[in-house]
Amino acid sequence: MKGRFWSGKRRDQLAGYLFIAPQLAGTVVFVAVPLGMVVWYSLHEWNVLADTFTFVGVDNYRRLADDPTVPAVLEATAVFSAGLVVFNMALALLLAVLLNQNLRGTTVFRVVFFSPVVVSLVAWTIVWGFMLQANGGVNGLLAAIGVHGPNWLRSGGTAMASVIVVQVFKNVGLNMVLFLAALQGVPHELYEAARLDGASRWVIFRRVTLPMISPTILLTSILTVVGSLQVFAQIAVLTQGGPGTSTTVLVYYLYQQAFQFHAFGYGATISVLLFLIVLALTVLQWRMRRRWVFHES
Amino acid sequence: MKIRTCLVALAVAAGLTACGSSTGDSGTVTLRMTTWTANDAHVKLFDQIAADYKQTHPDVTVTFDALPIDDYTTALTTQIAGGNTPDLAWILEASAPDFVSSGALEPLDGSIENPSELTPAATALWRQDGKLIAYPFSTSPFGVFVNTDLLAAAGRPLPSAQVASGQWTWDNAIAGAKAVAATGKQGLVARDFDYKTWDNLAPIFDGWGAQAWSADGKTCGFDQQPMVDAMTFIHKAIFTDKAMPAPGVAADFFAGQSAMTITQISRASLLKGATFKWELVPLPSGPKGKYAVVGQAGIGVLKKGKHADAAKDFLKFFTDDANSAKLSQYFPPPRKPQLTAATLAKTNPTLTPAQLQDVVIDGISTGIVKPSHKDSAEISQAVRSALDPLWKPDANVPAVLAGVCTAIKPLLAR
Repeated sequence: MKGRFWSGKRRDQLAGYLFIAPQLAGTVVFVAVPLGMVVWYSLHEWNVLADTFTFVGVDNYRRLADDPTVPAVLEATAVFSAGLVVFNMALALLLAVLLNQNLRGTTVFRVVFFSPVVVSLVAWTIVWGFMLQANGGVNGLLAAIGVHGPNWLRSGGTAMASVIVVQVFKNVGLNMVLFLAALQGVPHELYEAARLDGASRWVIFRRVTLPMISPTILLTSILTVVGSLQVFAQIAVLTQGGPGTSTTVLVYYLYQQAFQFHAFGYGATISVLLFLIVLALTVLQWRMRRRWVFHES
Repeated sequence: MKIRTCLVALAVAAGLTACGSSTGDSGTVTLRMTTWTANDAHVKLFDQIAADYKQTHPDVTVTFDALPIDDYTTALTTQIAGGNTPDLAWILEASAPDFVSSGALEPLDGSIENPSELTPAATALWRQDGKLIAYPFSTSPFGVFVNTDLLAAAGRPLPSAQVASGQWTWDNAIAGAKAVAATGKQGLVARDFDYKTWDNLAPIFDGWGAQAWSADGKTCGFDQQPMVDAMTFIHKAIFTDKAMPAPGVAADFFAGQSAMTITQISRASLLKGATFKWELVPLPSGPKGKYAVVGQAGIGVLKKGKHADAAKDFLKFFTDDANSAKLSQYFPPPRKPQLTAATLAKTNPTLTPAQLQDVVIDGISTGIVKPSHKDSAEISQAVRSALDPLWKPDANVPAVLAGVCTAIKPLLAR
């Protein structure tokens, strides 16, 4: 039998598309179009002052490959991301396990560790900037116990460490809450069974808890890696990429090129590189999940 | 071009209406001037001049948009890129070559009153092919503001007395700063330097005859002997004598926290109602003798602004003889007839005629302009980055300075 054009199935499809249309339109306008434009800009030399916009093909990509600063920038980005991800995840998991106990006062601690997440990023960073000055609060505390603290934000190693720690404390609460939720979702029977089998606390954690919360570990690790590659405000406020280029991460370098040196085309090229790196890491994590994430094998 | 600008505006969600072709209500014009001063006294004066202009041009309103000086040029170019171009903009001397050569600014010949009054030294940086591209509304010499209370408490002679006796040298200035620093306050602050904006050290290193690069901008000067000597002196003042605040140590002269500060005289307005006694003296003499350093600021009319002609007309009014005289209390004018101590004293209540003569008038006539270069932001960043290893107690000064030249040579040659 010949169906009408507006069959039930077609109608449902149309309704479905209409329902997602607002979201889709938003995504196209605010995600797809800017993304495409960044790629388009990266093929141009765009001097805002002179108001010139000339097609240069892959020149900007060639420049990226030859830029003597880029290796140092990539290294700083890698160090920052690795430091942040390892420190953040480890601390978040530790806090979550500690605060998952049935003890008095855990709510207070949960609030304390979560509260930086809701504080304005720039305010948080500026306050830390004061604390980390040579004559700031951190060194004041150290002096009280007889330690002469370094000039945190002005020397190579400590500047990067400071930026990482400031960022970890800012966001560790979020991962902690996600881990807490996951920990509370682990069925008690499993712990009970493991205990009856004579497993030690460490073995229970290693063989029961970790596998059960591994989907959350995957989620938080993806979020943390992506977030760490996009760090900007902390660097801009605390170190401006210095000393030297030791804390010049990719996004900050992009900002310098585009907004300070007026090379918008080259800046766009760097952001394409950043996009590809984030994409590759996310795909890699997603691919590897089968190896270690419970439910996925 | 217009499509692209609109797309940018769209991408940053910064106002779809900017893409329209509307030019506002019939006849009325709002001009916007970006500045880097939010100082009450300055803003009041600008608003007064704008109000005076409105008397004869009731359809023109002028607003002043203060952007922080640290990121001033960045913020300005971002506004231009986003299609939100101001009609008039202040321009720092460091980025003058970029703006003047870019073609972004309307030539101003014909829209400046009595252009023959402008001193050639003041306009040199702002000309291209014989045309005046921006008006140098401020040619501001660097001087040393001194907290005489702190020096007296430390038992040191006053710099003004040392000027009179010919003893006002860098060695003596640092000795005074060191004595005050030993009392727990800070010594000498190179204002706005903060171990980042290195060109604010020019008022010191110029005393050694050092220069960041040669006059043609092609040869790096950091590895030359004068710069090595000057930086060695500065390094010693910071780390051995502790006469200058160490990296990461904040100290504000105008809040009474340091003995002296090197800055431009437009900062004198911060001393209104100061709770300590102060004086203003010229820069100390260096190994090369007496010298002066000036910072410059220009005002340009942006071609991409919506009302370039109205903006030029307002600029003519803003910088005419009468308003130039008013502005001169904060911003030393480029007009020769106004550069006398007597004229400046009329509008300058905070400074004495002697201070005006010594610091301002002598400074403008002999001053070396702070470093500027095409692509200055990129070069400055490279210098800053390469200078970072210098700001440690055990730094090898000549090696670090050689590294600065290695870093900027390719940029200077571009």
